[in-house]
Amino acid sequence: MATASVERLIGKSIKRREDPRFITGRGSYVDDIKLPGATWAAFVRSPHAHARIRSIDTAAARKHPGVVAVYTGQDMTGVNSLPCGWDLRKEKNIPGVVQDLAMVPHMPLTADVARHVGDPVAVVIADSQAAAADAAEKVKVDWEVLTAVTSTERAAAGDAPQLHAGAPGNVAFRWEIGDGVATDAAFKSAPVTVKRRIVNQRLVANAMEPRACAARFDPATGELTLWVTSQNPHVHRLLMCAFVLGIPEHKVRVISPDVGGGFGSKIFLYNEEVVCSWASRQLQRPVRWTATRREAYLTDAHGRDHVTDAEIALSREGKILGLRVKTTANLGAYLSTFAPAVPTFLYGTLLNGVYAIGAIHCQVTGVFSNTTAVDAYRGAGRPEACYVLERIVEAGARALGMDVAELRKRNFIPKFADGFQTLVAVAYDSGDYGVALDKLLGMFDYKGFRAEQAAARQQGRLLGIGFSTYIEACSIAPSKVVGALGAGAGLYESGKVRVHPTGMVTVYTGSHSHGQGHETTFAQLVADELGLPVEQVEVVHGDTGAIPFGMGTYGSRSASVGGTALHMSVGKIKEKGKKIAAHLLEASPSDIEYVNGQFQVKGFPSKAVPFGAVSLTAYVPHNYPEGLEPGLEETSFYDPSNFCFPFGAHACVVEVDRETGQVKILKYLAVDDVGNVINPMIVDGMVHGGIAQGVGQALWEGAVYDDASGQLVTGSLMDYAVPKADMLPMYETERTVTPTPVNPLGVKGAGETGTIAATPAVVNAVVDALAPLGVDHIETMPLTAERVWTIMQTAKAAT
Amino acid sequence: MKLPVTMTINGQSYSHEVEPRLLLVHHIRETVGLTGTHVGCDTSQCGACTILMNGQAVKACTLFAVQADGAQITTIEGMAKNGELHPIQQGFWEKHGLQCGFCTPGMIMAAAQMLERYPRPTEEQIRHQLEGNLCRCTGYHNIVKAIQWAAEHMAAGK
Repeated sequence: MATASVERLIGKSIKRREDPRFITGRGSYVDDIKLPGATWAAFVRSPHAHARIRSIDTAAARKHPGVVAVYTGQDMTGVNSLPCGWDLRKEKNIPGVVQDLAMVPHMPLTADVARHVGDPVAVVIADSQAAAADAAEKVKVDWEVLTAVTSTERAAAGDAPQLHAGAPGNVAFRWEIGDGVATDAAFKSAPVTVKRRIVNQRLVANAMEPRACAARFDPATGELTLWVTSQNPHVHRLLMCAFVLGIPEHKVRVISPDVGGGFGSKIFLYNEEVVCSWASRQLQRPVRWTATRREAYLTDAHGRDHVTDAEIALSREGKILGLRVKTTANLGAYLSTFAPAVPTFLYGTLLNGVYAIGAIHCQVTGVFSNTTAVDAYRGAGRPEACYVLERIVEAGARALGMDVAELRKRNFIPKFADGFQTLVAVAYDSGDYGVALDKLLGMFDYKGFRAEQAAARQQGRLLGIGFSTYIEACSIAPSKVVGALGAGAGLYESGKVRVHPTGMVTVYTGSHSHGQGHETTFAQLVADELGLPVEQVEVVHGDTGAIPFGMGTYGSRSASVGGTALHMSVGKIKEKGKKIAAHLLEASPSDIEYVNGQFQVKGFPSKAVPFGAVSLTAYVPHNYPEGLEPGLEETSFYDPSNFCFPFGAHACVVEVDRETGQVKILKYLAVDDVGNVINPMIVDGMVHGGIAQGVGQALWEGAVYDDASGQLVTGSLMDYAVPKADMLPMYETERTVTPTPVNPLGVKGAGETGTIAATPAVVNAVVDALAPLGVDHIETMPLTAERVWTIMQTAKAAT
Repeated sequence: MKLPVTMTINGQSYSHEVEPRLLLVHHIRETVGLTGTHVGCDTSQCGACTILMNGQAVKACTLFAVQADGAQITTIEGMAKNGELHPIQQGFWEKHGLQCGFCTPGMIMAAAQMLERYPRPTEEQIRHQLEGNLCRCTGYHNIVKAIQWAAEHMAAGK
């Protein structure tokens, strides 16, 4: 029986299989799940940025109708600190540690001192959400208000108030990478050096679905089920069981159903899910909580918040001879789950960019302040590195009077296919950086634009263009490598392929979709490799009760790490299938090949057994190979041998309104190289969304604290400018394809490229636009109309 | 104190006694049990709770349930008819107008009224009309395309 050649599915823009439930309102997010007998938690939070708790009076709250319990930090005996999963200490031989990380405690309900506005000090649990909220108002905390510090620059100043006994001077750690001696030498002999202060402001992720959890302890079985908005349910379970609550991991099931966006903010273990889980065990009733947006601003881990002094050393011909970077990174009041990794190994290691640089040295000081904890936000360290490098490179070009595209071309690392050792520890996988920029410059008339810009300037109009040729590290990560750098976890992924007797397939991935489209992409991957219709494959994710231990989704790792685990399992399925088919065909397994959805004798499509027949035989093993186990189900764990390094070139064209300072994006162009692409539609969508977030940082977004009071001024969507539809353009996107040699799929990762690339491209464009006014640098984002107007007035006054 | 409230949601009449302070969005989600209408903020910015009330797109978090007494309401669950997707729903699917899906019901309901006002909207009109609906995943590019797709197909269907 010959079958027609099966159409390849990889590389096709298949419509998303998860969409029908979302577009009909049938998605199932945590807050949608109904639990009979559920109670609701409302948290009492510090209104002060820094204050000692003298006493907490819960009597009135306890008497409120419907209240089931009120707990403070003192009631949570036997509960440990929320763990920080990344350790930077010399005794652990972590490279680059100058001063050990201060592992400060972070209790689920703080019992002594509140260290940021929103720090939870008590929880009220009641029969309804309204009763819990009403009663929480009745909890009286006697506060001794302390002086607060929120500013990144001032946090470690001598007169700053101290947050933690274990972190003198509010210093969390000091760390360095690169070669200080070689860099100093490069700067000494360089004909041109440029130094700039570059601030990467604090951001809030703002996933549209606020965080939520629902914990249900079953006294009959001793099992706890936790529904939680998590990007990595297994990691949540492990951290909560082993480190905080000390409860048996196998008696806890964590389910992350539909999750409404994450962008990093839903990776971490948070106070609220720990408290609800603990309280559910105390009360033997379900306990649930859904954040208000106000709570999301105060408690979701924030992103970025770096103040950097960057210097570039150049030859007169524009060769980059040296790069020196000194960064202060604000970690907030506590150490969030992966916080120390972000401004160190996810930042300093990317400062080589796509350029051949003479010498690099980077020093980072992490500081505590009375602000919400900072951790990974889309890109996590890599956008900060890219921003510093792409801004200082354009500043260098301006100092030399050289075209910004030309300076980049003179410094690109030449094309390579299997490895490039950078000066900052990592070795890139594959790259062809010049081609990306060439392709970008082919998408519009760059020379023509410069002529148009010159003409516009004659008329007093302010047109500008900015570029960003970025590198990004994703496919996170080789376990051995991250272990040697301080990670408390391995960063492999699991993938299980279960073939049912009828030949239908269920795929279980430890990776998690909160918008990435795994149910489509992974089905496409497995169906393609098995030569089956995509409808024959279902994808299950987000449930520790159903899937093997997995590490979840962040760092653009799902397709490259999770996808490869599935690829390995498919390979094992095929190998076993060959043995079964060989038996049925009375041939040797080595003579069997799998083609177009059937096992056949090599070169003889007519001597074949279809996939479904092999599946059935595996489960009804009457006529079966001697010694072979029945069943057709395989599990693999893939641990990558290296990171993958996507790259690309973005350009932004802006016009600045002379009267108002308003920045208008006239054109946004992107060329991204994410290696092989499984579903182009989905990849393009992620690039669009990433660009929007990167543009958002450049122009509008910023978490602002009032340094005197420590209040988060931008604590709602009224005050924090999440970009709207009428603020953004259509994006023109193209691709180059440089497969990675790291994994067999050749895929690199696509989730964060846009965010990394866009911010410097936009800011560079505004600086270019303002050049006629004598502006050659902008220190601080976002470039709101007010800020740009002020810069223009200052420049005018100076001339 | 509870007050009686009756409203028609997606063609079906619902009568309940509710607290006067209960927001319409919580009434729809918790009392009636239609969870497709989402809550993404507490300041009426995000638009995830957008529904049609008496033919107008409104944010269900800006009204008390008692204010909707006697109202005709359509939520996302009422957009598909007889198992057939509304062209706006189809457009979001065809053009990849959603990723995490959380803002999507509100986007679709806002688009429904937009296309009543502007059957063939320009890109600028679409973007302006979506000013009250936030999306963090798509960068809006494909949402604009989804609504353009719907407009074309709705025009062709008339």
